Amino acid sequence: MHADPQGVLTGAHFLDGDHAACEGAIAAGARFAAGYPITPSTEVVERFAMRAPTVGGTFIQMEDELAASITIQGAVWGGVKAFTVTSGPGFSLMMEHIGYAAMTETPCVFINVQRGGPSTGLPTLPAQADMMQVRWGSHGDYEIIALCPNSPQECFDLTIKAFNFSEQYRVPVFVMLDEVVGHMTEKVIIPPAEEIEIEPRHFTKKAPKDFRLYEPEANQVPDMVKAGDGYNIHVTGLTHDQRGYPDMTPPMQDVLVKRLQSKILDNADKICLFEKENVEGADVVVVSYGITSRVAQRAVDQAREKGVKVGKLRLITAWPFPERVISEIAPTIKGFVVPELNLGQMVREVERCAGGKTRTVRVSHAGGTVHNPESILNAILEVAR
Amino acid sequence: MSSVAIPQNPVEPFLRSERMPHIWCPGCGIGTTVNCFTRALLDSKADLTKLAIVSGIGCTGRVAGYTNLDSFHTTHGRAIPFATGLKLANPELNVVVYSGDGDLFAIGGNHLIHAARRNVNLKVICVNNLIYAMTGGQTAPTTPGDVITSTAPYGTYDPAFNLPYLVEAAGAVYVARWTTFHVRQLAKSMAEMFQKKGFGFIEVLSPCPTLYQRRNKMGDGLDAMKFYKQVSKIKHGAPTSEVALSKSGEIVVGKFVDRERPEYIGTMNTYLEQQLGERYVEPHTLSDDGGCSGGELEVISCNR
Ligand SMILES: Cc1ncc(C[n+]2csc(CCOP(=O)(O)OP(=O)(O)O)c2C)c(N)n1
Ligand code: SF4
Ligand SMILES: [Mg+2]
Repeated sequence: MHADPQGVLTGAHFLDGDHAACEGAIAAGARFAAGYPITPSTEVVERFAMRAPTVGGTFIQMEDELAASITIQGAVWGGVKAFTVTSGPGFSLMMEHIGYAAMTETPCVFINVQRGGPSTGLPTLPAQADMMQVRWGSHGDYEIIALCPNSPQECFDLTIKAFNFSEQYRVPVFVMLDEVVGHMTEKVIIPPAEEIEIEPRHFTKKAPKDFRLYEPEANQVPDMVKAGDGYNIHVTGLTHDQRGYPDMTPPMQDVLVKRLQSKILDNADKICLFEKENVEGADVVVVSYGITSRVAQRAVDQAREKGVKVGKLRLITAWPFPERVISEIAPTIKGFVVPELNLGQMVREVERCAGGKTRTVRVSHAGGTVHNPESILNAILEVAR
Repeated sequence: MSSVAIPQNPVEPFLRSERMPHIWCPGCGIGTTVNCFTRALLDSKADLTKLAIVSGIGCTGRVAGYTNLDSFHTTHGRAIPFATGLKLANPELNVVVYSGDGDLFAIGGNHLIHAARRNVNLKVICVNNLIYAMTGGQTAPTTPGDVITSTAPYGTYDPAFNLPYLVEAAGAVYVARWTTFHVRQLAKSMAEMFQKKGFGFIEVLSPCPTLYQRRNKMGDGLDAMKFYKQVSKIKHGAPTSEVALSKSGEIVVGKFVDRERPEYIGTMNTYLEQQLGERYVEPHTLSDDGGCSGGELEVISCNR
């Protein structure tokens, strides 16, 4: 299905990442957002508040992030595509409702413009330190999808992707910006609506008497309905059977939670997006994502000038973690270099997937600014030696 | 409305019979409130297809799961913001929030006052058993003084909320209180609230014999009915500042507030339309094919 032209501002624009993400959401068909102001993400909802009434959308500023993160889920069951936006402490408050969305299979999108933490930390400065929180922050076992744009253009493109994935797999999907990407202004091309592929909501074609709310269809994902259509659905965060009724037994837990996991992991190859460059024949591969991938590029170029055989792997999908590509590269190189704006988060995954077949060297940074490319270069040279 | 001769229990179609028996204890008041609720739906001839019920977590939170409606059992305290999203996205729906005192006034208190402030068209039914029942009878913000709870083994000294007073101050257009002894009045009051536009609130005092009454040597469910009968006074229009509860004092019941205030969604749409004129597009849900264009895809100029 193509995008609704009403929401697509086709043309070339100069936008920062926050604004571009908002346009991505609207192009993807989002017509509802709830939020609570927090730097450096507020611009996303500020723009949405301005745009919503001109595209048949609704914005509501809620009393806190606990509210915003569940209001959007009410809206989804009411029959719209919805998202919320936050940073830092606001993201911490949303954790319970990530689990609720995962458990109730409510398709929705969270945009997190990361800032330095813990606590109030660095309200106006960048970090990439919510990468584990986004994956593990709610209690229990579940899977989510997280995407990491490194430019305003990608903020637009990947927010559309996020909505598409959320409808396809019925999971909460996260667009993980950082303050720099959120606030940098660059050219953003918004294509014509008919060139934007949109995943529609998969409303069931079945009659109410034949329909079970959590009966998996293709891809292990159940079809949806909206409230008011005569299906008398029951949605609960308790462990439930295919009718959606509570069934708090170990066998039901086993079936349900394993499906929530496998519907994502069995499709990981389709969800895992990455950019690979000069990896074949490389001695060192730099694994990075988000703003750090752009700083790392400088270090990679400098290393190449010095004759080092260095490749680049840019993660676009952080979760599910692209295990396969890492484990395939691992035995062919001397080591991975993993710079990130945190004290070592995704690097643990790289190391796990490398499985001892190669070295994994972290270039950590407590956040507040981007890396000095030299620190990455030094790690590359050290591994190449 | 008095009942006509119907062979089955007239409230049965409103319940998910396949989920019976329910989890509530003998003598618990929650079931009685559900009976009144279904009665009210019957009497108000509500379009059940367009009725959704949202609960939080607790013994009362389980109500959503037993009603044969679009029903949502959300997270602890967050029924109201969920309901707000549901209603805003799909204003055709009549949305009822059905939850416990702890859920609505402790963990969810902030959401409740803000929804009342906005005057979102939600109908809130709060089963007040003066305790956190589901978790074993801990002190709630509604527990009166000098009461034994599992977390106040020597008795409570925290001051309690006066719910009608709080909700009126926050902006609700309809506020009433009944007990599970007042089944006819309660059903009638619910039906009346459903007709009203805006944020409506009914507090129902309801016994928890298993935890609250047992610990406080207040007898069983029947004793609770006797107690309610004895100490309740119907005072419609009573100033809500004067209806605070105590452990064994008077329970003022009745309809306290019935007023008009601009309802949220109508106000929002009218206001935005006025501000934006031609540029305003009314919100709509996804079309049946899951797209967001409301059906027809009319290709308007793409190269602005
Ligand atoms: C975030 C969170 N905190 C705590 C709980 C545990 N919990 C479940 S129900 C409940 C209290 C319910 O009290 P109330 O709303 O009065 O409902 P009742 O059981 O009395 O009907 C609590 C504290 C929870 N489920 N979630
Ligand atoms: S514990 Fe109390 S409130 Fe809960 S079902 Fe039993 S009697 Fe009712
Ligand atoms: Mg209670």
